[in-house]
Amino acid sequence: MNSFKGLLAPYNQGDYFCELLGLSNGESVNPKALKSIIGRLDKLNLKALRKRASAAERELYNLGITFTVYTDSQAIDRILPFDVVPRVISAEDFDTIDRGVKQRVAAINAFLKDIYHDQKIIKDGIVPKHLVVGNENYCKKMEGVDIPGDTYVHICGIDIVRDIDGKFKVLEDNARTPSGVSYVVENRHLMLRTFPDLFKGVGVKRVSDYGLRLYQALADVAPKGATEDPTIVLLSPGVYNSAYFEHVFIAREMGVPLVEGGDLMTENNIVYMKTAGGQERVDVIYRRIGDDFLDPKAFRKDSMLGVPGLFEAYKRGNVTLANAIGTGVADDKAIYAYMPRIIKYYLDEEAILDNVDTFICGEEEGLKYTLDNIDKLVVKPVGEAGGYGVLVGPRATKAELDQRRQELKDDPSNYISQPVVGLSVCPTLVQNGIEPRHVDLRPFAVTGKSTWVLPGGLTRVALTKGSLIVNSSQGGGSKDTWVLEK
Amino acid sequence: MKNSLLARFAQNTFWLARYVERADSLARLLEVTETHSRDEHGDQDWELILEVNGDVAQFKKRYKKVTAADVIRFYSIDRENSGSLVNSVAFARENARSLRHLISTEMWSQINVMHSTVGVLKNKDIQARRLAGLCATIKESCQAHTGITEATLYRDQAYYFYWIGKMVERADQASRILDVGFSRSKKLGYKDENAGENLSHWTGLLRSIGGYQAYRRTHPIRLRAQEVTGFILLNDAFPRSVMYCIKETREYMAELIDQHGVETAKDALITLKDIEKQLSEVDIHKLIDSDLHEFADTLQQQLTTFTQALAEGCFGKS
Repeated sequence: MNSFKGLLAPYNQGDYFCELLGLSNGESVNPKALKSIIGRLDKLNLKALRKRASAAERELYNLGITFTVYTDSQAIDRILPFDVVPRVISAEDFDTIDRGVKQRVAAINAFLKDIYHDQKIIKDGIVPKHLVVGNENYCKKMEGVDIPGDTYVHICGIDIVRDIDGKFKVLEDNARTPSGVSYVVENRHLMLRTFPDLFKGVGVKRVSDYGLRLYQALADVAPKGATEDPTIVLLSPGVYNSAYFEHVFIAREMGVPLVEGGDLMTENNIVYMKTAGGQERVDVIYRRIGDDFLDPKAFRKDSMLGVPGLFEAYKRGNVTLANAIGTGVADDKAIYAYMPRIIKYYLDEEAILDNVDTFICGEEEGLKYTLDNIDKLVVKPVGEAGGYGVLVGPRATKAELDQRRQELKDDPSNYISQPVVGLSVCPTLVQNGIEPRHVDLRPFAVTGKSTWVLPGGLTRVALTKGSLIVNSSQGGGSKDTWVLEK
Repeated sequence: MKNSLLARFAQNTFWLARYVERADSLARLLEVTETHSRDEHGDQDWELILEVNGDVAQFKKRYKKVTAADVIRFYSIDRENSGSLVNSVAFARENARSLRHLISTEMWSQINVMHSTVGVLKNKDIQARRLAGLCATIKESCQAHTGITEATLYRDQAYYFYWIGKMVERADQASRILDVGFSRSKKLGYKDENAGENLSHWTGLLRSIGGYQAYRRTHPIRLRAQEVTGFILLNDAFPRSVMYCIKETREYMAELIDQHGVETAKDALITLKDIEKQLSEVDIHKLIDSDLHEFADTLQQQLTTFTQALAEGCFGKS
């Protein structure tokens, strides 16, 4: 099956592309550094590997790299399961991702600028009007609002998968408040401490300057009139939010205050934070709160998390919000289907990273195709995140298929469908030793005046055998992602 | 570079320090009561701790009799007692959690580990034979926390609020421990001149605030109520004396205002100066003859007033 004699001997990648070994027919030519990593992994002993893995988990727990689950009586800290076998990306492959992500972010920003101003793309008939202005994430209040540098999406996470032929494909854009970057950096630190021997003599691009890059990008888009050293804050829903650790992480890495709505106030359309010595003006807010909750005066009136008057201050250009308000329309699963055309329209380029073929069930043809081929397709609700409501046709029971058919007929525009992608696998430490598990990749792009892509990104792994759903809420874990130096 | 501290974080650092200090004091109080406070019949007086802390009513609501086991439980692992050890550590951690991006990873990780250690304590862990070991562990954890803080916390406003919180709590706890010791000696009818029979009582008291050696260095001969009281209340150089803590607080407050421009702390400073003045005018002879409990009580109330003034000025509570 393979030529390994140690840990990897029983490993069988099946028909899938393997992130360490390459194509299933064995025709991939791996870079030298990757070969030496694989060789070292093979020489590890399973028992010793498990020992190191459990030490690593213990450390995550002690460092509080956790999310908190609240029950009636107590708060339980859980770690995101961490797999110690790294996922490795060659310099060449990452170059494709880097260019592809930058292109996509540029197109998304141009699209948002356009739909909130002239709406040329609608007038030119590229994207149907109802998908934009009829979208529940479209924010009418943002029409005509100008923002610094025309940057709407400062932080973008783009979910990428790899098909059986090793080709990267974009599965989803995340242009609201994508999370997971803290795990990228913390996973690396953990690996450097627990597996120094694996890194020896192997050039891996560093990930630790994310905070610095983000700070610089946000300083770039400070409002006109802010000082050279603008005051930047991170706005979090607070300690009870499940992503609180990530908020802590980013605030710490940027060296900025981690504020909650109650720490901020507005006066004469200027945003201030309440400090021990009085009020201090705030220039840029990296907010990890959804649009609806940002300002009870402008959006949801029952929001306890936001800052009254924030939108007015924003509209007048007295404060910058990252990401901008109303970006959710761009990462919608229905708009996603148009992304190759959106890229072509604004940038006059072909998409570097392909989409997965997508059928829009809100359109007659798409619905018909989906209903006829439901057993071969993945059917996803448009508005859900976290892997909820996803039906994988080939794995579904007849009853599940029938139920989804009915749901499709009842509310077609709530769904899209895609062919099943044979997600790539990566060797992963599980109960029976090292086995293949499906992975995806979420690179993070940071945009101020220009765009920078964090080398690597978050590799999520579906720990359940055969599962294609990598979300942490559905039994997913994460891996360290190594981008090799050239 | 601006380095303003959010009002909420000023409050969090202040209380982080207080709760860790409180946990440390509680461990000391439990340990010393368990080991050094037996009377001539070999019995311990646990009710006294409840009295001094004003916890008698709360305790009796849920426990039938005042037994050593139940008082220890009440102050260690009882989650319904907001002043218990497990809650002090939990509150300290909650405050640290809000401060995670400001404090060092080492500070957070240490308190996180302490919290998981204390959080799983069961009845069997607080049995008499294990109590001393447990108290020692807690004290060490609190000291490790203080050491890591000293070595890693950046000296900006946060550090000042941290230190002020620590000193205020320490002054408060010192006055309580003194109060316990004093009331006990009164109950047992110890006369001041009769050092022989109550020697272990006063050394126990000194040990409970870690001051036995320091006391011996300054008072090689005498060990009487008046010297011990004077030492715990007024000594300038002993870091757990009330006076030392108040002076330290005052200095940090002054620097916070003068060097960090936190003008909003001025009202609190005034209340603190009142406390200092009062302390410096204390006549120890008169105090031990009259009512030390009342004095300690007043001091604790004044520290509460100080904390309120600080909260109004700096914690965004106005």
